[in-house]
Amino acid sequence: MEKLYLLVPLAPLFGAIAAGLFGRFIGTTWSHRVTIALVFVSLIASLVIFVDVLQGNTFNGSVYTWMVLGETHFEIGFLIDSLSATMMVVVTLVSLMVHIYTIGYMHGDPGYQRFFSYISLFTFSMLMLVMSNNFLQLFFGWEAVGLVSYLLIGFWYTRPTAIYANLKAFLVNRVGDFGFLLGIGLVLVYFGTLDYEIVFAHAGHMASHSIEIVPGQSWMLMTVICLLLFVGAMGKSAQFPLHVWLPDSMEGPTPISALIHAATMVTAGIFMVARMSPLFELSEMALTMILIIGGITTLFMALVAVVQNDIKRVVAFSTLSQLGYMTVALGASAYSIAIFHLMTHAFFKAVLFLGAGSVIIAMHHEQDMRQMGGLKKYMPITYWTMFIAALASAGVPGFSGFFSKDAIIEAVKFADIPGAGFAYFCVLTTVFVTALYTFRLMFMTFHGEPRMDAHTRDHLHESPWVVTTPLIVLAIPTIAAGWLIGPMVFGDYFGGAIQIHPEHIAVASLGAEFSGVIGMMMHALVTVPFWLSVAGIFTAWFLYIHRTELPGKIKKISGPIYTLLDRKYYIDEFYSWMFAGGTRSLGNILWKIGDVKIIDGFFVNGTARVVALAASVARHFQSGYIYHYAFTMIVGVFILMSLWLFYF
Amino acid sequence: MLFGFPLLSLVIWLPIVVGLIVLAIGSDRNILLTRWLSLIGSIAGFIVAIPLYTRFDPTLSSMQFVEQYVWFERLNVYYHIGIDGISMPLILLNCFITPLIVIAGWEVIRERVSQYLGAFLIMSGIVNGVFSSLDAVLFYTFWEASLIPMFIIIGVWGGPNRVYAAIKFFLYTLLGSLLMLIALIYLYHVSNGSFSILDYHQLPLPMMPQIFIFIAFLLAFAVKVPMWPVHTWLPDAHVEAPTGGSVVLAAILLKLGGYGFLRFSLPIAPDASIYLADMMILLSLVAVVYIGLVALMQQDMKKLIAYSSVSHMGFVTLGFFLLNDLGIEGAMVQMISHGFISGAMFLCVGVLYDRLHSRQIADYGGVVNKMPVFAAFFMLFAMANAGLPGTSGFVGEFMVIMGSIEVSFWYAFFAALTLILGAAYTLWMYKRVIFGAIANANVEGLEDISKREFLLLAILAVAVLWLGVYPFPLTEIMHATVDNLLLHMTHSKL
Repeated sequence: MEKLYLLVPLAPLFGAIAAGLFGRFIGTTWSHRVTIALVFVSLIASLVIFVDVLQGNTFNGSVYTWMVLGETHFEIGFLIDSLSATMMVVVTLVSLMVHIYTIGYMHGDPGYQRFFSYISLFTFSMLMLVMSNNFLQLFFGWEAVGLVSYLLIGFWYTRPTAIYANLKAFLVNRVGDFGFLLGIGLVLVYFGTLDYEIVFAHAGHMASHSIEIVPGQSWMLMTVICLLLFVGAMGKSAQFPLHVWLPDSMEGPTPISALIHAATMVTAGIFMVARMSPLFELSEMALTMILIIGGITTLFMALVAVVQNDIKRVVAFSTLSQLGYMTVALGASAYSIAIFHLMTHAFFKAVLFLGAGSVIIAMHHEQDMRQMGGLKKYMPITYWTMFIAALASAGVPGFSGFFSKDAIIEAVKFADIPGAGFAYFCVLTTVFVTALYTFRLMFMTFHGEPRMDAHTRDHLHESPWVVTTPLIVLAIPTIAAGWLIGPMVFGDYFGGAIQIHPEHIAVASLGAEFSGVIGMMMHALVTVPFWLSVAGIFTAWFLYIHRTELPGKIKKISGPIYTLLDRKYYIDEFYSWMFAGGTRSLGNILWKIGDVKIIDGFFVNGTARVVALAASVARHFQSGYIYHYAFTMIVGVFILMSLWLFYF
Repeated sequence: MLFGFPLLSLVIWLPIVVGLIVLAIGSDRNILLTRWLSLIGSIAGFIVAIPLYTRFDPTLSSMQFVEQYVWFERLNVYYHIGIDGISMPLILLNCFITPLIVIAGWEVIRERVSQYLGAFLIMSGIVNGVFSSLDAVLFYTFWEASLIPMFIIIGVWGGPNRVYAAIKFFLYTLLGSLLMLIALIYLYHVSNGSFSILDYHQLPLPMMPQIFIFIAFLLAFAVKVPMWPVHTWLPDAHVEAPTGGSVVLAAILLKLGGYGFLRFSLPIAPDASIYLADMMILLSLVAVVYIGLVALMQQDMKKLIAYSSVSHMGFVTLGFFLLNDLGIEGAMVQMISHGFISGAMFLCVGVLYDRLHSRQIADYGGVVNKMPVFAAFFMLFAMANAGLPGTSGFVGEFMVIMGSIEVSFWYAFFAALTLILGAAYTLWMYKRVIFGAIANANVEGLEDISKREFLLLAILAVAVLWLGVYPFPLTEIMHATVDNLLLHMTHSKL
């Protein structure tokens, strides 16, 4: 079994090396064959491990020792339990589908092999992240997925917007990692190890420990650690205010938007917090913070999605909002529901993204929905798979998103910590907004009159099988995954992988009420979220099919509110003025004044000038005329004699 | 001594002797002979250094491979050399870099080749001498001697402003080391006429003399490292130096300063070191943050990397004065790693400079379109420079940040800012030089790297990745020595 664990991440790594270093020699076809085969191997191995874990065989062990320092061992190792096994299956499955899809999407691109190499490398890094049994390797995977994300956003490196977006993504993530690393540092100092098992086992003893970071202010150690770790999660999972990189990341090719910026990498933060549940459970303050950040992200990013016209940007803001949902679930101590939503979201969002990509191919890389419309009859497979995903996203009963989202809303209702009320308001309101923007996308793209030019319309056709197959395959769990809610969320599925403080009763109360999936659906029909969702779909229908002239009027009336949403609350502008501009000005001042004027100008060259000045005076004493020297000597002798007489 | 064979002396003198022979070839007519002889000599220099690692006993904290002969009997000056877990990795780094320098200058240097290569070989031997000297006079001789080849390399094969840069380099470093000489003479007197560095370690000293000695050494070492605010010679020297000179300067010569702290300041003046540790940490953090910000605004690639060097070396001095094992070993790893990465970064700039004869970022753009292989290597080294896990750049920074958080959260806070700043200045430069559409006709005419350049960058890439993925072997050899140093420092000398 242990060899199998190793095979899971290593297979995609070999694929990445094969396509990356030898892609030139083995050609395009063999590049995708090799990488796909190896990701497939990884998927099969993950499934085998998954089944094994279901039978109760967990594993926690080291692969090799990275470094030893005194008593502290830094290891590279795996922790295989239901949490990591779930993530492994999700990651490898979506990754495999995206690999296949890429054959169609990237066909003829000069960077074909490079692309396959990157996505395989990503799969490797992500697997290392989720399989880790310690903070160090977690950080490895954490930064490695960031690297691949950077490379892939900037994949089309001649586009100025792409290389701006990838730099921005990397730097914003680094801000998150900055906090994350400090959090890891505190764990190392106070626990003396970075191994999950030992840290979690001792977390209870540290619960009442407090530290002084600002002199005179005593803070709970756990709160500080958890907040710092959560800063990392905010960067990676694009939570407000570190969310700004994700919409721009859509500059990358669509397959990676699906794989990295929707299904897997951005959920790393969610996964991390769930993994750290034994720590987060000890700090109510941190949980409150998470609830509030998650709530803000859920609602305010969903609102932006309503006014976007770029099909990928709608989906991107939808991703932000859905990540907010997961974060809220974490804050409500409903870790299992967060992971459950992570899983359902991975499937339906991958379908939405890949479907959007399919539309973009058909539209000859046009992404503006105002130029689309009526695509339904040209692209039936894309339409129907996306329709399923849209229903799941809007939370219509029976589809996966319904179960996970409804569970989150209910869990927040039961949560009993500060901030829960605010978060509940946010997640509830967002149900309406989600249904609205999702079906706005569907209606604008697939329904109504075609608005594209005649040339494009004549060439419209369904995408090739390599594109549609992944859509169909992923549409299956988009419907079915939700039905697993009973065992996964309320059963003993996660076992010891997730620990919940007895006072945090949200999941327990939900579980007590839970009466099977059918019961849950029936119950939903009489609750607010369902009707909000219906209202959202209806509104979308009303505005974008029935009375298509209305959105323009609303836009005019709402004026500044529309502009505020369209400009994404001016956060980007503020950041680029404040941080990018501020840092550059500071750098310039330190350089031009600190280094050039003060250190070099005053001290270094100033010293040289003083020496030169002194020399120019002293030079006169060495004129070369004997009588000058004789005179100097006489003066000197005179002075010495006087001194001698005076003192002795 | 190994089986009675003076291995360490061989490591010092072999490159010097080969260097002298290369010098003796003289004229540029025998250019091929010069190059091959230098290459073979430098590789031989590396090979003879390997047993220093394989036969090193990592459980011992005492000096190994010790050789001791009388030099000036009347003054108690000995030819006394030996290495421990601190100096051995640095010697290996030096011997590893030297063949790369020879390869880097292979087709690039066409005038006065024998003098150029000879200077590097001789310098390589001298630097090994610095790292292994256990006698203060021997140390000082090697220390000052190492200035001369570098001064010549910048002054002769440098850029248009080379004379200013060479003199600035020389005066700056010379002034620093003069005070060290005074400190050494003082120590000679208080130790009743001993020049043995190991004797100085055991020498009881009151606080005030310790502080004076510390400051005298500090000036010498701080200039070399270089620490803020005595760093301004480095950007000038780098900008004017030829590629090989920059590589040696960054990869090797800066480490002399770092080594000095561990061999002299900390063990000879432990109480002063503890007393002044906060000041040293503060200066180091200024280097990390201030210089990081300055690096961001550089228009000249070499200047940018030079400032980045200063910022990364800030981690070295920061690590030393945390006075814990994570800090000191992290600083050591950072020194080795910085040797690989800064060397590689300067080689990358050299590759571009050899083609377009410009170091200005603005003259480039879209290089990846024409040089994809080069861009891939440069990406790796840029990421290593930004401290990405899995590369050597991460290991040292990680250890030092972990070490600083043990001492104070705020030290770690400011040190960790490098995560953001390092990525910002490195990747912003990378973006402007490598990414984008082809910027101008010159870039349009670029050709990808040759086999020779590929070899160079590939060797360094392997080193960077190896140290990042598996730093165990490197850290293992330092434990005993570092633990012993820390133990030594807990005993007050007052």
